[in-house]
Amino acid sequence: MADLSTNFVGIKSPNPFWLASAPPTDKEYNVVRAFRAGWGGVVWKTLGEDPPVVNVSSRYGALHINDDRIVGFNNIELITDRPLEVNLREIKQVKKDWKDRALIVSLMVPCEELSWKNILARVEETEADGIELNFGCPHGMSERGMGSAVGQVPEYVEMVARWCKQHTRMPVIVKLTPNVTDVRKPARAAKQGGADAVSLINTINSICGIDLDHFAPMPMVDGKGTHGGYCGPAVKPIAMHMTADIARDPETHGIPISAIGGIGNWRDAAEFMALSAGTVQVCTAAMHHGFRIVDDMITGLSNWMDSKGYRTIDDFRGKAVPNVTDWQYLNINYKSVAVIDQDKCIKCGLCHIACEDTSHQSIAALRVDGQRRYEVITEECVGCNLCQHVCPVPDCISMVEVDTGKPYLNWTQDPRNPYAKKAAE
Amino acid sequence: MGPAPLGGSAGLLSRAEIEDNFADIKPMLDKTRAVVDSARCFFCHDAPCVEACPTDIDIPNFIRMISTGNVKGAAEKILAENIFGGMCARVCPTEILCERACVRNTSEDRPVDIGALQRYAVDQLIETGHQPFTRAESTGKRVAVVGGGPAGMSCAHRLAVLGHAVTVYEARPQLGGLNEYGIAAYKTVDNFAQREVDFILSIGGIDVKPGQRLGQNVQLADLARDYDAVFLGIGLGGVNALDLPGENELSGVLDAVGYIAALRQAKDKAALPVGRSVVVIGGGNTAIDIAIQVKKLGAEDVTIVYRRGAENMSATGHEQEFAQVSGVKIKHWARPILLIGKDGAIAGVEFEYTRMGSDGKLSGTGEKFRLDCDQLFKAIGQTLTPPEGLATAKGKIVVDGDFKTSMAKVWAGGDCVASGTDLTVQSVQDGKLAAHAIDRALRANGAVRG
Ligand SMILES: Cc1cc2nc3c(=O)[nH]c(=O)nc-3n(C[C@H](O)[C@H](O)[C@H](O)COP(=O)(O)OP(=O)(O)OC[C@H]3O[C@@H](n4cnc5c(N)ncnc54)[C@H](O)[C@@H]3O)c2cc1C
Ligand SMILES: Cc1cc2nc3c(=O)[nH]c(=O)nc-3n(C[C@H](O)[C@H](O)[C@H](O)COP(=O)(O)O)c2cc1C
Ligand code: SF4
Ligand code: SF4
Ligand code: SF4
Repeated sequence: MADLSTNFVGIKSPNPFWLASAPPTDKEYNVVRAFRAGWGGVVWKTLGEDPPVVNVSSRYGALHINDDRIVGFNNIELITDRPLEVNLREIKQVKKDWKDRALIVSLMVPCEELSWKNILARVEETEADGIELNFGCPHGMSERGMGSAVGQVPEYVEMVARWCKQHTRMPVIVKLTPNVTDVRKPARAAKQGGADAVSLINTINSICGIDLDHFAPMPMVDGKGTHGGYCGPAVKPIAMHMTADIARDPETHGIPISAIGGIGNWRDAAEFMALSAGTVQVCTAAMHHGFRIVDDMITGLSNWMDSKGYRTIDDFRGKAVPNVTDWQYLNINYKSVAVIDQDKCIKCGLCHIACEDTSHQSIAALRVDGQRRYEVITEECVGCNLCQHVCPVPDCISMVEVDTGKPYLNWTQDPRNPYAKKAAE
Repeated sequence: MGPAPLGGSAGLLSRAEIEDNFADIKPMLDKTRAVVDSARCFFCHDAPCVEACPTDIDIPNFIRMISTGNVKGAAEKILAENIFGGMCARVCPTEILCERACVRNTSEDRPVDIGALQRYAVDQLIETGHQPFTRAESTGKRVAVVGGGPAGMSCAHRLAVLGHAVTVYEARPQLGGLNEYGIAAYKTVDNFAQREVDFILSIGGIDVKPGQRLGQNVQLADLARDYDAVFLGIGLGGVNALDLPGENELSGVLDAVGYIAALRQAKDKAALPVGRSVVVIGGGNTAIDIAIQVKKLGAEDVTIVYRRGAENMSATGHEQEFAQVSGVKIKHWARPILLIGKDGAIAGVEFEYTRMGSDGKLSGTGEKFRLDCDQLFKAIGQTLTPPEGLATAKGKIVVDGDFKTSMAKVWAGGDCVASGTDLTVQSVQDGKLAAHAIDRALRANGAVRG
């Protein structure tokens, strides 16, 4: 049996599955239920200074596919709307009752040293394992000069991280906002400021839909709406790219990462770990299905690790990072073409029309003895793999390597590259 | 020479035709189907399907695991509650159990294919030969299990997991009970019943003694003396009789359960004698199963005659329908009153129409009809052969909520007790719960190590 236990910047948990700072970790009741279900840790819903914020209704939007599947989720909630004192008391109790689980406290206070110093002292009293600085919330709080308003300015990120390191013994995790053009800049700033780790991503600015009867964004609050934070399965690719960027950047390479964004099952988690994440955090999937999804995460990851012979998470953590490269270093001489497994093909024609209308006219629509048949015209196929994605039958179209007989050649070396030529001259 | 005792004749169909007829009725889903079907599950909270499964399998969770590709996790989830998850996936009347409760029936009139998904996961695990459970530290306690059917083996496996040493006494040469000798052949092909038993035994700590019949080679009082506890999972060994003259004399008048047992064990099904015109009397699972199987063996006309209406049959609507599409005719509201013999063999049955009186009692109408046949199957219920010294009521061993019998140190479960419906899945649950009750009792008595 694989060993899933983790030690993330000194914070120990029996498994790498943490709940992200959000409604699932809003109070003792939820967190205790989560621990009972098996979650390895939680990042408590973001605390702020009193008086607590006030929330609106409704608060959530969603992008659906096939009626019942949530692809993307969006919210206009703020940080905790409960008094600081109550939260701190509950945090202390939970940590006392659940010593083996990770309990991290998310914080967001005005950008003044004293505010941070004061709240840190109070959090330390709870015996929590660490803190996470919420520099990500993209709505409401940012208009008050907090959340992503801090996260978008690397100098502020560095400054607040430094204050926190100065004023607490607890490990400091900086939670990054994706609402920037280059996530490496705030990540570098966090490192400069002495942060022990980064977590990412927080939610993405978004409008989930427009109600066409009221002509207002959803969720609608008394006929009006506002942009909210986007999360759920749809944001996973964005979060993975940002995670990979930080893992590859020479300046931040090796900084511990707690990955967040669209994680709903063990496979999502394993993918982020392959990109060097030490723990993963989950919000939307838990809000959709409840805490019991962790069951599949734990057994699924463990079974997969067993099947691959990995004993600990460190055995495969970061293994994909060296294979993430820049476009210019990809092998131009590598070629693959689509191959249709005619036994699996159900003759729907989707591959043909996709290729015919929008790609390279490489799939022929035939009638053989009156029967429909779709065949790849191998000489024409550029290996774009559009057909593979549109085919509704799993493993029906595969991309098969063709031996070009040519050696590895990347764009910087390619004679067709005008800049490469210049360099050679 | 008199007529052959089984009536009918062999070789009505070719070997190839018969093989074809007895192919797996619902083969394992392929990956595409499994992915599509698992995606239909809503992952309900406090799911109604779980409540409807007699073994309380965590259905939403195992289906979610299939959808994430965690097929091994799914199988372990199923087997944790039901070690016969593979057989149950094949034989459970899901249309009256888990799938009837599925909320997809309400939203669109078609449930998630729970049984098929269950088979998809469990078959793949059993194929690997991997036993997912480990045994607790030995308790030093010894338990005798009598009967190697679903109830007995489920109990034995759980007891072994809990650290007890188990000895199974089984009257027949092979373990499995009705899984091996009763279930319709097309529901469990490729010797699955034995492969499943082997998988169960691979937990270790279960000693098997075949050919040991309680009441003959072994006595209950001795077992109760020699072991720390005894579990009886002996099923229903006897069958009801028609009580009509000729029943025991005429050839071709057969007990359905016995014939099915022979069919399940037959090396060559084409060698089994089958009638051209077959009449089956009864209204349950067994009646449906024998009718379909003799049809598959080549019988030309097969008629089930039941003394009440379709809605009173204990065979589910789904099973009745399956019999009908298999070419079996079902006649309701008639009972046999006379067996007609010719040269010592069955030649026909005379029936009288019946009706339900306002007092709820069945009576004959006086009108009669006759069906010619060269084979007659009795499928009118099985009966308990009660071991000596045990209290019984209504033909079943009396047990309390903990499956404890009237005798000290003796527990019982499965078809031989009245725990619910006489189904494989119910027997598995009985065996499992009884194992825990026995475990509690042995630990409470102290002297359990570990
Ligand atoms: C023809 C037929 C078809 C069926 N089809 C289905 C179906 O499709 N789906 C479904 O859910 N259920 C079906 N059932 C019911 C199901 O098979 C039973 O409910 C289930 O097998 C009962 O399990 P059990 O362990 O209690 O008894 P059994 O399976 O009967 O096992 C009892 C075991 O004890 C042994 N035994 C008996 N007496 C003694 C003794 N004195 N000493 C030692 N050993 C003894 C027997 O040899 C046998 O191995 C069917 C039943 C029949 C008869
Ligand atoms: C309703 C809601 C409230 C949230 N509140 C907070 C918060 O208070 N602090 C914070 O750091 N992140 C908050 N988040 C962001 C999540 O912690 C997480 O970063 C994001 O949802 C991406 O993960 P996911 O795709 O698993 O949902 C919130 C998200 C949602 C949906
Ligand atoms: S999309 Fe797939 S299934 Fe459809 S015709 Fe093409 S290869 Fe066949
Ligand atoms: S054991 Fe039977 S009733 Fe239970 S879930 Fe499986 S198929 Fe359904
Ligand atoms: S009731 Fe149906 S949809 Fe709901 S959990 Fe069970 S199988 Fe899934």
